Amino acid sequence: MELGERLLQGDKKAAARMISLIENDDPKAVAILAAHYQHTGKAKVIGITGPPGAGKSTFVDKVVKKLRSKGATVGVIAVDPTSPFTGGSILGDRIRMSDLNLDPGVFIRSMGTRGHLGGLSKATLGAVKILDLLGMDYVLIETVGVGQSEVDIVKVADSVLMVMVPGLGDDIQAIKAGIMEIGDVFVINKADRDGADRTKMEIEVMLDFNHQEWRPPVSKAVAVKNEGIDEVVDNLEKHWAYLESSDKLAETRIRNSELEIMDLAQTALVRQLMRNSDNRNWLRGLAEKVARREQDPYTTSHLVLQEMMKQSMKEESHENTES
Amino acid sequence: MDRPIRVLVAKPGLDGHDRGAKVIARALRDAGMEVIYTGLRLTPEQIVQAAIQEDVDVVALSILSGAHGHLLPKVVDLLKKENVYDEILVLGGGVIPEEDIPELKEKGIAEVFTPGTPTTVTIDFIRQNLKRKH
Repeated sequence: MELGERLLQGDKKAAARMISLIENDDPKAVAILAAHYQHTGKAKVIGITGPPGAGKSTFVDKVVKKLRSKGATVGVIAVDPTSPFTGGSILGDRIRMSDLNLDPGVFIRSMGTRGHLGGLSKATLGAVKILDLLGMDYVLIETVGVGQSEVDIVKVADSVLMVMVPGLGDDIQAIKAGIMEIGDVFVINKADRDGADRTKMEIEVMLDFNHQEWRPPVSKAVAVKNEGIDEVVDNLEKHWAYLESSDKLAETRIRNSELEIMDLAQTALVRQLMRNSDNRNWLRGLAEKVARREQDPYTTSHLVLQEMMKQSMKEESHENTES
Repeated sequence: MDRPIRVLVAKPGLDGHDRGAKVIARALRDAGMEVIYTGLRLTPEQIVQAAIQEDVDVVALSILSGAHGHLLPKVVDLLKKENVYDEILVLGGGVIPEEDIPELKEKGIAEVFTPGTPTTVTIDFIRQNLKRKH
């Protein structure tokens, strides 16, 4: 486990390689994470999300610098969309964080969504653990620009910062499930534009309708001018204090762990099925029948489920007889 | 499934013309690669730290300012100092005179792609010369 040891010693190369391996489902990396899992959970995980063009990357840059000034080490995971047609991506969030390249207390990694919906990549959780083990006090995750359905960030982060901009459309947009419900702290960036106060008011009104214990604070900022950053960081710290004082943190982490276990189990099940080329051909044949309306997808899915269970039991008894 | 090739596209030094870099970034994306586009005015030190954190297969340096003779080998030297040069393909592009290319290659730049090179040539070169298994 040399790679794992190096990671725990704070070796950035080891962290970078581990993230690559976990992105590619490498069993070696999975084994290392499993072995060291009890050492994770120390880093505070902050998700930074919001519509495209809101200034998330600039915000991340400024928040990191503020946290650094307080002596904390910070990991950043910046997620950008992968093209569904070519499998490629342009990961450009780092542009806004050039100064941080040489800061020894900062580690920035860009990740493509690689087909995963929800605003994050499948390996984001793994990458968070890796940066946690590297010794980062905070891990900031910048999601793909959020529309209305990219809400995976809540399953990963302890606190979510929602970065909004003035004048993005009528208030009905904001109500749609997702944006208003997932933010723990809100900020109106580019607040020197027209409509900033109006947008702030609309959001405050929206938030007043929710009757959660934690009422998200809303502030204004102009990130490129470094204005309003302190208030956001203070609000994030207040949220963290709330999480700790109320046992909310424990609750959230239990809920997220459950989601993670189910997600890993489902992924493993499907991978097991699809690894076998006989299965893939069989599935293709079934798909053709369904597309031609010769059978329905509901009954077909039962067939697939039965076959999955049969195969996995066979594999288990095979393992048992071997050991 | 093959993992995507990760390429860092960077512009070292002080030149401000990034159209070429953007063209190649898009072409590489369309060829299925993950392109970490780091933008303008990076120092060799910044480029190397980014390359390490991003665990890239290729560092593609775009430069038009005439400072290639100094900056490109500097990036190679730093990658070697960090013990990652053996796994990273270093490429140059932009306005680089033909007569300077042999020396750049001697100093560790695998290939230089000057303006007018079809992007397919660059893409094929990358695929055929990767130092790490895919």
